[in-house]
Amino acid sequence: MKVSRIRAIAKKELIQIRRDPLSLAMAFLMPVMLLFIFGYAITLDVNNLETVVCDLDKSMLSRELVAQFGESDYFTIIDSVHSQGEIDGYLDRGEALVAITIPQDFSEDIKKGRPAGLQVIVDGSDSNTATIALGYVSGVTGLFSKRISLRQSPPLIDTRVRVWFNEELKSRNFIIPGLIAVIMSVIAALLTSLTVAREWERGTMEQLISTPVKTQEFILGKLIPYFLIGFIDMLISVLLAVFLFDVPMRGSLFLLAVLSSLFLFGGLSLGMLISIVAKSQLVASQIAMVATFLPAFLLSGFMYTIANMPKPLQLITYAIPARYFVSILKDIFLKGNALNMLLFETALLGLFALVVFAIANKQFKKRIE
Amino acid sequence: MLLRIKEMIIKEFIQVFRDRRMLAIIFITPVIQMLAFGYAATTDVTNISTAVYDLDKSLESRELVQRIESSGYFSVKVHVEQADEIQDLLERGKVIATIQINRGFSENLKKGIPSSIQVIVDGTDSNTATVAMEYINRIIMNYSGDLSRNIETGTPTIDLRARAWYNPDLRSRNYNVPGVIAIVIMLTCLLLTSMAVVREWEIGTMEQLMVTPLRPIELMLGKTIPFAAIGFFDMLVVTTVAVFWFHIPIEGSLLWLALNTAVYLLSVLGMGLLISTISRTQQQAMMATFLFYIPAVLLSGFMFPIENMPQVIQYGTYINPLRYFLVIIRGIFLKGSGMDILWPQTLSLFLLSIGVVTLSSLRFKKRIQ
Repeated sequence: MKVSRIRAIAKKELIQIRRDPLSLAMAFLMPVMLLFIFGYAITLDVNNLETVVCDLDKSMLSRELVAQFGESDYFTIIDSVHSQGEIDGYLDRGEALVAITIPQDFSEDIKKGRPAGLQVIVDGSDSNTATIALGYVSGVTGLFSKRISLRQSPPLIDTRVRVWFNEELKSRNFIIPGLIAVIMSVIAALLTSLTVAREWERGTMEQLISTPVKTQEFILGKLIPYFLIGFIDMLISVLLAVFLFDVPMRGSLFLLAVLSSLFLFGGLSLGMLISIVAKSQLVASQIAMVATFLPAFLLSGFMYTIANMPKPLQLITYAIPARYFVSILKDIFLKGNALNMLLFETALLGLFALVVFAIANKQFKKRIE
Repeated sequence: MLLRIKEMIIKEFIQVFRDRRMLAIIFITPVIQMLAFGYAATTDVTNISTAVYDLDKSLESRELVQRIESSGYFSVKVHVEQADEIQDLLERGKVIATIQINRGFSENLKKGIPSSIQVIVDGTDSNTATVAMEYINRIIMNYSGDLSRNIETGTPTIDLRARAWYNPDLRSRNYNVPGVIAIVIMLTCLLLTSMAVVREWEIGTMEQLMVTPLRPIELMLGKTIPFAAIGFFDMLVVTTVAVFWFHIPIEGSLLWLALNTAVYLLSVLGMGLLISTISRTQQQAMMATFLFYIPAVLLSGFMFPIENMPQVIQYGTYINPLRYFLVIIRGIFLKGSGMDILWPQTLSLFLLSIGVVTLSSLRFKKRIQ
């Protein structure tokens, strides 16, 4: 392996990248734009649930309960209706997510010490929001009954809940590190997935084969320029996360840089492998898309908890580098974990990079022969 | 004219199907994605890994732990023996919640003195944390209620009767799978259209097409009809998987679904064509596709409710075809909504399609001249 030949390939690739300024601009623009939009747009916090109220009781107590719903940030009362039939329309059209019906004898029941029924309907089609909405409803009614109950003995058990690592429960704090992992997975594969396929398609590969360059030199040389681009992308993303979105950075930046490099190396090698196998850019692009974005998005534990997936699928997630990168980023950002806590992730990320790089080398050799 | 378009369509199909791998990608990857994501995409919070630190070791404390475990939401992974284990477990991410029952718990209960329970939740994933806290509170409150009932026969003041419509079991899969259909179809069609058209420019075969007597409109139709057909076929395949494999109910009309799919595909193909007219190389087309696709997915309401996004971004979502199609497909699948309810979405999608197709054909024509 000769450094001079690697340098020559890298230089050639850099010239090629420079010749396509639009792609280069997009490579830098992508993380900025995506993080910028999503950092602001994406929140899992559920509030302002559109609510319709049907108060059949029309008493002091029922009005007080409605007021209590209205005052909480979680519910926005969009209308009061007079019959239950009207509620259906609101739910069907999706204009309201929650419907609360207070029955006629609500206040009388309470005064007589009987349990008063309260009917709540939620739109269950978004089960996540619905579950959270139901939780809020029981929170508000719990407070209400506490307030009105005349002979309320203090609750026997006093639960003291504390939250660690993300004390204010800001969803942004875990979404941003997760997004960085997803965006970088995609970018890494995108950057390299067309490079080799393009050489084949344009017929320049034959020329390269006739040079004395060796497989490893060729692949390393091709990787280096894209590694630089990827690293700058990563840097931009972290800066945006910390300074624009105020995500706390509790761990070591140096560790983050080292582990990101490892991740990038794996991701770029994967792109390269796709490019070598696919031979045509059209096929390569489809494979890159399927192999990176959706797995990184859905199977990395970023959005959906891996522990809740069926066992075979859980096994598949071990082969997805984004899985390790997501937990590395969250841990370094929010928990301030050091390397000794991240050994498992680091080891598997390294293993992934090595295996993919080796396969890419092997596949490439076959093609030349 | 019809004859020329027919010839062109045949040529396109030959081109797409000549590459075996392309064939596999078009027909198999949507199914694989559908299967993987149908299983992965569950936001149900269950099996929250939990550590219990029971210092009391009494009948009562064991009863409480038993209730937490049998609720189905928590799976008690560790029984902690020493206080410092808790920190370690949380930092390593081995557990999401820890529950500490202090010494004297049962004695206090018997004496009627409020006793406290300490709960620590990993807030990294704020969504799971919120739900976990809600569940713990509810279980402990119930337990506390049962205990006080034994002591002084108090009754709960409000009896909450909650129901979820459209998805009574609150299965998140029912909500997510129709969404996955929409994004899988979009990915395949978008990438196929944008790349395949640019490819002709890049390789230089577009010039050859231009010297044939084909008119621009014929050229465009000939290029897009095959992709529309492929998209429609893919839609059929993944919908079949959703219904027969995942048992997602289709409450609404299939005909109405097909009609809306056609409009949706038109808009996606229009977007793909538009990308192909602004890109010079396949690399650019691929990047531009990503730059459009990722925001389109994340800002569609697929997982993050649009109402929670900042106003400016909400306006931006009006040009996202996925936004409308998600409402349509979820409405048809889960609510059985028909034209009377979904017509605003269908109309918007239709207008958007016309807009995009017009814009892209204008640009296409300009590029030809």
